[in-house]
Amino acid sequence: MELSGGEILFKCLEAEGVDYIFGYPGGAVLHIYDALYQQEAVKHILVRHEQGATHAADGYSRSTGKPGVCLVTSGPGATNAVTGLATAYTDSIPLVVITGQVPQAMIGTDAFQECDIIGISRPCVKHNFLVDSLENLATTIKKAFHIATTGRPGPVVIDIPKNLTDPKVKVPFHYPSEIEMRSYKPATAGIMGDVRRAVDLLLSAKKPMIYAGGGVILGESSTQLTALSRELGYPVTNTLMGLGCYPASDEQFVGMLGMHGTYESNMAMHECDVLLAVGARFDDRVTGQIDTFCPYARVIHIDVDPSNIAKNFPVEVPIVGNTAHVLDDMLAVLSETNRRPDSDALAQWWDQIKSWQSVDSYNYDRNSKLIKPQFVVEKYCELTKGEAYVTSDVGQHQMFAAQFYRFDHPRRWINSGGLGTMGFGLPAAMGVRFAHPDAEIACVTGEGSVQMCIQELSTCKQYDVAFNILNLNNGYLGMVRQWQEFTYESRYSNSYVDALPDFTKLVEAYGHVGMVIDKPGDVEGALREAIALKDRLCFLDFRIDTEENVYPMIEQGKGHHQMRLNPRRSEFV
Amino acid sequence: MRHIISLLIENESGALSRVAGLYSARGYNIESLTVAPTDDPSLSRMTIVTFGSDTVVEQIAKQTDKLIDVVRLVTYTESPHVERELMMVKLRAVGAQREEAHRLVSIFRAKIVDVTDSTYVVEVTGDSGKIDAFLAAVPSEQIIEVVRSGVVGIARGETALKV
Ligand SMILES: Cc1ncc(C[n+]2csc(CCOP(=O)(O)OP(=O)(O)O)c2C)c(N)n1
Ligand SMILES: [Mg+2]
Repeated sequence: MELSGGEILFKCLEAEGVDYIFGYPGGAVLHIYDALYQQEAVKHILVRHEQGATHAADGYSRSTGKPGVCLVTSGPGATNAVTGLATAYTDSIPLVVITGQVPQAMIGTDAFQECDIIGISRPCVKHNFLVDSLENLATTIKKAFHIATTGRPGPVVIDIPKNLTDPKVKVPFHYPSEIEMRSYKPATAGIMGDVRRAVDLLLSAKKPMIYAGGGVILGESSTQLTALSRELGYPVTNTLMGLGCYPASDEQFVGMLGMHGTYESNMAMHECDVLLAVGARFDDRVTGQIDTFCPYARVIHIDVDPSNIAKNFPVEVPIVGNTAHVLDDMLAVLSETNRRPDSDALAQWWDQIKSWQSVDSYNYDRNSKLIKPQFVVEKYCELTKGEAYVTSDVGQHQMFAAQFYRFDHPRRWINSGGLGTMGFGLPAAMGVRFAHPDAEIACVTGEGSVQMCIQELSTCKQYDVAFNILNLNNGYLGMVRQWQEFTYESRYSNSYVDALPDFTKLVEAYGHVGMVIDKPGDVEGALREAIALKDRLCFLDFRIDTEENVYPMIEQGKGHHQMRLNPRRSEFV
Repeated sequence: MRHIISLLIENESGALSRVAGLYSARGYNIESLTVAPTDDPSLSRMTIVTFGSDTVVEQIAKQTDKLIDVVRLVTYTESPHVERELMMVKLRAVGAQREEAHRLVSIFRAKIVDVTDSTYVVEVTGDSGKIDAFLAAVPSEQIIEVVRSGVVGIARGETALKV
């Protein structure tokens, strides 16, 4: 079978099981769009900005575990995709982003819409390819999917010069079912000796702690993590990226850790004597001041990426391997021994943790006459029984969503944790919708963030994409304002969002449903109404308390044991 | 502390920029970097001299090894190895300077590879210390130009960096 470059591309995507691609056309990809038009296997979603395409593909991927795929043109199309690449790269999300390039003969001549996307994207992709010949196109695509989805996942760019997709030039097509790369062989199993040492150390703990991150979700190992934690009876904390990898409603769950995590999880981190870190990377937002981090702990670290180990913090038992594989091995070792944790020590440890829990560090003023953002998320969680897919943007609303929505399953909480990209939430929710046509989905956002990719409301209209947008509108770039309140004596430099649009009119103009909610008593009704309106996108503009802060907080330079608690907490009932 | 990282990388366009980009993005030091194809034309051999504490260099090695195009990587710091660098230095050579240059060339087992009535080009091979010593031995006003290849290294004995 002889095929053109464009035809080859879609045959390959079909072979990879790709059902949706998110994209935007332009000169360098016109041949590809013509080939797209003449096939049916892959459905194309026309976004309104290439950043939206990358975030939508990203949301699709995070909610399914499958790679997200984008198609954009050369030059500005490609540069618009860079923020989405960096977002996916920081959170290790598998994307395959196809960019058009000017014809090979024109590369390096400053041709119209030429830009070196290979150079520009290099530091924010797992790998990238400039396709050099039509004969190599299919294998390059195979390699791209292989690299994006294995080991520590990440985005891969395939830059295709326009002449290689010329419909008149055809070559025989063959798509390899497997690919071997001598330069890329990600680890799978950990070393058994280390696994045994890890189990040994875990069993010797008196104050154990399990710290699980996004790697548990990416490694599809939530079941194993849950089984191991339950077998041991140890407390589990999750990072912002790990939420949902251990059921939040389980009593061994002590909440998120880090900057805005619970008091009990951070105190327990500080006091623990053995720490099991799984698929987590000791990020600075998690560790706080690194020299005071886990001062008494002997650390076991499981990660598929060897460079994550001992990067920020020394480790006693490093295990490089696929988290599911390693945890399975640990469970097997545990089942072969009749040694079990010291139950007296563990009971004491839990007593200690319960006393920290009694501080109730997330508590807020439930009697306020103003809508509290925590209340909105809490209500939404209650009404959706913790089963919704929740995307978010970046700011206070993101932290409230992470604190108050209790995720019992992996892949339900979708946020830009590593890069902190405002504008992520709306297009990400769009991507989740294509993957889960019947699920309840909300984007918890702020009036600042949502305006960064608001144009995607138009895409949502075109494809009848329905979900709920919970806009926690405080009229401030709230997270910035909070830092200015705490560290710059309330000099609110440019953190006030003046001249906000009338969001209801705006979303109505895009063809959706808008509501304003300004009284606590109306919150539940509005949420119920929006949840019931299954086939419409509802934008709920909650006018919340403008100066609410996110508590508790580890401030810059402080350790886990030095959390700043809500100063008004004694007044709350 | 100084470390030598030696690696085999797919001989593809952009391979060098991936390594160089990684070092600048992560703020790693590069004292020298050499690269050339090997006996297998699909592979290039790269030698990087870097410095930092053991933990820093361990990170550098891991991050470099993580690049998709890197096939094999070793750090020579601890293990027995041979390292060499080549330098060509253009010296002012008039009158007594000519005699003095000859003396140094013979002491350092160097070679004179170009001669004019006023200059010599001297080729010196050795580890970096020997090359530094040669330069230190020549009066600075006599040195017109210096070009150094950067270090290449290889393990002693049976150990080999091969695919
Ligand atoms: C693209 C981008 N620009 C700037 C920032 C810095 N930043 C972090 S939070 C924040 C404020 C977000 O405001 P809003 O969306 O209204 O959320 P709030 O904190 O008020 O809930 C800003 C500007 C960012 N994270 N991303
Ligand atoms: Mg705001």
